[in-house]
Amino acid sequence: MITVEKLTKTFTLHNQEAAVIPVIEGAGFSVAPGECVALTGESGAGKSTVMRILYGNYLAQGGVVRIGDVDITQAEPREILRLRRETLGYVSQFLRVVPRVPTLDVVSEPLLNVGWSEADAKARASDLLERLRIPERLWSLSPTTFSGGEQQRVNIARGFAHRYPALLLDEPTASLDATNRETVLSLIEEAKAGGTAIVGIFHDLDARSRVADREVDVSAFTPKAA
Amino acid sequence: MTPLLNVRDLTKAYGGRIGCADVSFSLYPGEVLGIVGESGSGKSTLLNCLAGHLPPDTGEVIFDTRADGPRDVLQMSEPERRMLGRTDWAFVHQNPRDGLRMRVSAGGNVGERLMAVGARHYGEIREQALDWLDRVEIAGERVDDRPAAFSGGMQQRLQIARNLVTGPRLIFMDEPTGGLDVSVQARLLDLLRGLVRQMGLSAIVVTHDLAVVRLLADRLMVMKDGHVIETGLTDQVLDDPQAPYTQLLVSSVLQV
Repeated sequence: MITVEKLTKTFTLHNQEAAVIPVIEGAGFSVAPGECVALTGESGAGKSTVMRILYGNYLAQGGVVRIGDVDITQAEPREILRLRRETLGYVSQFLRVVPRVPTLDVVSEPLLNVGWSEADAKARASDLLERLRIPERLWSLSPTTFSGGEQQRVNIARGFAHRYPALLLDEPTASLDATNRETVLSLIEEAKAGGTAIVGIFHDLDARSRVADREVDVSAFTPKAA
Repeated sequence: MTPLLNVRDLTKAYGGRIGCADVSFSLYPGEVLGIVGESGSGKSTLLNCLAGHLPPDTGEVIFDTRADGPRDVLQMSEPERRMLGRTDWAFVHQNPRDGLRMRVSAGGNVGERLMAVGARHYGEIREQALDWLDRVEIAGERVDDRPAAFSGGMQQRLQIARNLVTGPRLIFMDEPTGGLDVSVQARLLDLLRGLVRQMGLSAIVVTHDLAVVRLLADRLMVMKDGHVIETGLTDQVLDDPQAPYTQLLVSSVLQV
């Protein structure tokens, strides 16, 4: 489902004496449907950079990143948008939403984007919010004022609302208590059982060993001479 | 899929000075394109050339019309272009006073566009006007008030209602949230996002506010000195800018 080959990424900082910083060189791995691959490596090794390239958020300087039948590194913006709508989900560490939009709408939006009816989308969103223990009295409020843990759970509900064939998870269990962590892990297991290919970053080692089938050490792709 | 709008090598000079030069892009149905750049970068010139308010020197603006398929807007006769401006196109000005008739009631402002495309039944026009006031969150009891008695945010929402009542397919917006309080901005952005999705609208939004494009636009075009220097997915251009000027622009935003 996800194939990465010979991926190379450098940052050129034009306004800081045009410094060129190589970050990733020759990265390659693949993820099958229903499989979860954990990216490992110390802080700064480039785990998040790889995730962002997979999502089309960062441009790659070389290589191939195939999600389904689309090569992200070559795709037109509208192809990437369609991919993000239908195929590729991303749960980042931080929630980014339009201020004043109610939580229930934030979570149901991805479903409306793939053609669900308002009623069905709200029903599924309510279901997820309930499972993630967001009290119902908060659903009509914007999540921008929620606590860190609550925002994280709203973010997860939004990310899992539509059953994407490919899903990127950036520390999904960070800042969650034990019960909510358990819910998130079972959501991940359900997605895998449903055939979703997952790439994740987990600093939580127990979580990693429970849901990840394989590990890919990103520091192997860090350019040496840098 | 046929692009809704296909722009090729659009150039406009003011005497010896470049307004915008060699601009080419395609816009597909349902897409929102953001154009950013500092004052004088040519973004408003470009928007006005696209919308038919300014005659460009060279280039093509091909619009996929409902009746005859793709046609070069610049080759159309003036009446044809005006009809397009009243039906399939909409233009939201930065200053609502440029887009509204200040001496006509709110309902009249919305109804006028309907009458321009042939609506004659008073009851139906009023009903549609009330429906649209409701959709842009203006109380129905204000239908007979003049926009002069509205706040800036309400005027801007009224301008949007007036523009969208005829069900356009392409909407041009020039700094739609400029000059509004941030709280009013957020509400307007949310409203625009909802309308874009519900109506399957395509939009071209000119702004210098990077936070606005991040929330509203799918794709981004960065302009400097009349030229397009970078294009791409909005979040990609903002998070991993490639051109020196874009890097400067993004890193200059003040954090709240």
